[in-house]
Amino acid sequence: MVAVDQVAPESVEEIAAGLRATGYLPGESTALVSYLAMKLGKPVLVEGPAGVGKTELAKALSRYLQRPLVRLQCYEGLDEAKALYEWNYRKQLLRIQAESGVAEDAPGWDAVQDDIFSESFLLARPLMTAIASPEPVVLLVDEIDKTDQEFEAMLLELLSDFQISIPELGPIVARTQPVVLLTSNNSRELTEALKRRCLYLWLDYPELEHELEIVRLHTPELAEHVARKLVEVVRMVRTLDLKKPPSIAESIDWARALLLLGADDIDEATFRSTLSIIVKHRTDLDVVAERVGVQLSSGALGTAQAS
Amino acid sequence: MAPAPPGFAARLLEFAEALRSEGVSTGTSELLDAFAVLDEVSWTEREAVREALAATLAKSPEDRRVFELVFERFFFRASEAEAVRQGLREEGRLESGGQVDLAQLRDAIAQAIRDGDDQAMGDLARLAIAAFGRQGEGSGVIGVDVQRIRRALGLRTETGPRPPEADSQEVAKGEGLPRGGLRRFEAHLRRELERDLIERTRRLPPARPLNELDRALPSGPLADLAAVHRVVAQLKRRLASQGHELRGRRRHAHVDVRRTMRASLETGGVPVVLKYRPRRPRRPEIFVLCDVSTSVTSASVFFLSVLHALHDSFRKMRSFVFIERISEVTDVFERERSFQKVNEAITRDAGVADISGYTDYGRVWTEFLTSVVDELHPRATVIVLGDARTNGRDPRADAFARIAEKAGRTFWLNPEPRLYWNYGDSVIAAYERHCEAFECWTTRQLEDFVKALTRPMVA
Repeated sequence: MVAVDQVAPESVEEIAAGLRATGYLPGESTALVSYLAMKLGKPVLVEGPAGVGKTELAKALSRYLQRPLVRLQCYEGLDEAKALYEWNYRKQLLRIQAESGVAEDAPGWDAVQDDIFSESFLLARPLMTAIASPEPVVLLVDEIDKTDQEFEAMLLELLSDFQISIPELGPIVARTQPVVLLTSNNSRELTEALKRRCLYLWLDYPELEHELEIVRLHTPELAEHVARKLVEVVRMVRTLDLKKPPSIAESIDWARALLLLGADDIDEATFRSTLSIIVKHRTDLDVVAERVGVQLSSGALGTAQAS
Repeated sequence: MAPAPPGFAARLLEFAEALRSEGVSTGTSELLDAFAVLDEVSWTEREAVREALAATLAKSPEDRRVFELVFERFFFRASEAEAVRQGLREEGRLESGGQVDLAQLRDAIAQAIRDGDDQAMGDLARLAIAAFGRQGEGSGVIGVDVQRIRRALGLRTETGPRPPEADSQEVAKGEGLPRGGLRRFEAHLRRELERDLIERTRRLPPARPLNELDRALPSGPLADLAAVHRVVAQLKRRLASQGHELRGRRRHAHVDVRRTMRASLETGGVPVVLKYRPRRPRRPEIFVLCDVSTSVTSASVFFLSVLHALHDSFRKMRSFVFIERISEVTDVFERERSFQKVNEAITRDAGVADISGYTDYGRVWTEFLTSVVDELHPRATVIVLGDARTNGRDPRADAFARIAEKAGRTFWLNPEPRLYWNYGDSVIAAYERHCEAFECWTTRQLEDFVKALTRPMVA
């Protein structure tokens, strides 16, 4: 199979422009690190608060590079059988029974044994799929911090050599170099060994202008001044000490909601009625309603930066 | 792409060494990666080089923070060292400053911060330093000078998480500045002050380890509260178990005759097993005085949470906060269980008379003496949390000595590194004679102090 016009960016600007074209607005360091990762063939560890676009980055990269996205969603208790590969036990049984049931011409035990541990009895799981794929892929290992340390250790071979060792078959080496992204919400410290093999990218809430651009990109119909005010309010809400501060995803959702409601300004009433879109904890709701509501009604927001 | 300038490899190794000395683990493989990425980015773009290095060398948010600080300092020092070597001096510095209109300067700075104009901020920082340079000596500590200039200019952050009343007041004044911008301006101030110092002395100051306050203490109010809370929880466990570990020791144990006799009944009246009196952990009565002025801003959240933890662990405890005058906040702590509420209550209505915003230790001691001196007794412990910077006012060490004399033990927790003690207007030496002074800006140091506090009295 021939790889269809693979995109191979030659500069940071190119990759930034490419990502933009797919609807993802990368920050400066995001584009740079993606570029370095492609150039050096190293995995990238992306960390940051929830909802700043870590997973979205992988999707955008796959769209831009025109490579299929292979995603491994991590969770507690994830093991090799679900991440790497598994022997197709039932098929193996069937094979053995099919052989042993018939008369003398059945092949010997050795033949069967060799046979049932071949690739056709292997169930490829995401990591194996990514490695064995004939065309290059983007591999996303999502929320790596949810797994336990043993799993991390298992990933090391894959990350540094792009190969997987199967005892019965020997190592399977990647035919093409995948772009690997690991995301983490920083809920636990990852091991040094894992970090050492990766480039590190910290994604944080974007600057005001940047976020405004993102919101405008997703809801171009929303009036400029409303979008700006929206972003300002969200940024202010983030400075409060909340259980779950609103992320970019929530800004976009809110913008969409305002668009649907046809709001042409964010006043206190609109804010209160749509509050639940950006704040998702009962206690947080109270805090935000109290603090931000006051400021909206006093008209302190939106006017200061209007100039 | 510009090729790597000669000798940069060596510089990069030095840089990695500097990172290691600050506790960022930088392995050989990471260094190799760093060299590899530097081949891919343009040498002439500072931002790109920094991001590329950060991606390979700093692999956690904490490391990243340290990385930024070290990067800034390392290359700043490198260029300054070069300037000193070549005997360069910047021409046309505003040495005298002329007549600078304060209000005008403030407006200009506020504008620059709002616009995020780094160039203008740098220039204005110089102007500000020149303007305040004439008003007498700096404190000798750059961090303190920065805070002083900031305060004198009346630059304040906007609408942080504060009680609504305070918010509306500030908004009305229209002085609120974005926190990030203000911090950048402070960085400019700091850098210019440092450059001034280097030019005056014509040599680089010795490289110091990063001020741990910068990286270890949560400085954004409430932002890193979780971190403090974790430590505080640890602290509580420590305090709870502190007495118990001493119980097993036999050194000063007294034989409990009654229980020994009773146990001897089993062995026909022969006291084979000795029973000891249990050792009771010391639960002292504590008076805490906490400085909440601006010179200890970054530490005061830390201090307040310490207070909060102490209140949970010691039943007999009274707390006071002070800036110019003293104000008792014991009931605030007793009423409110959540730290955040306490913090709000104190900033709002503790009634700390904050007229000038400058600490007046002398006055604090006299007020403390008049109000509570009768309640002090030899079993009482007095803890002071403060930087002992009197802003040139009378330290009244005699009044402090009387307090220390009345109380059983007196401790002082200073949020500044020991290196800065007695520099500028710090008068900790005058007080140190009468108390045990600890430097305390990390939780580890706090633990050392807690050990000292729960240590049973020898007497």
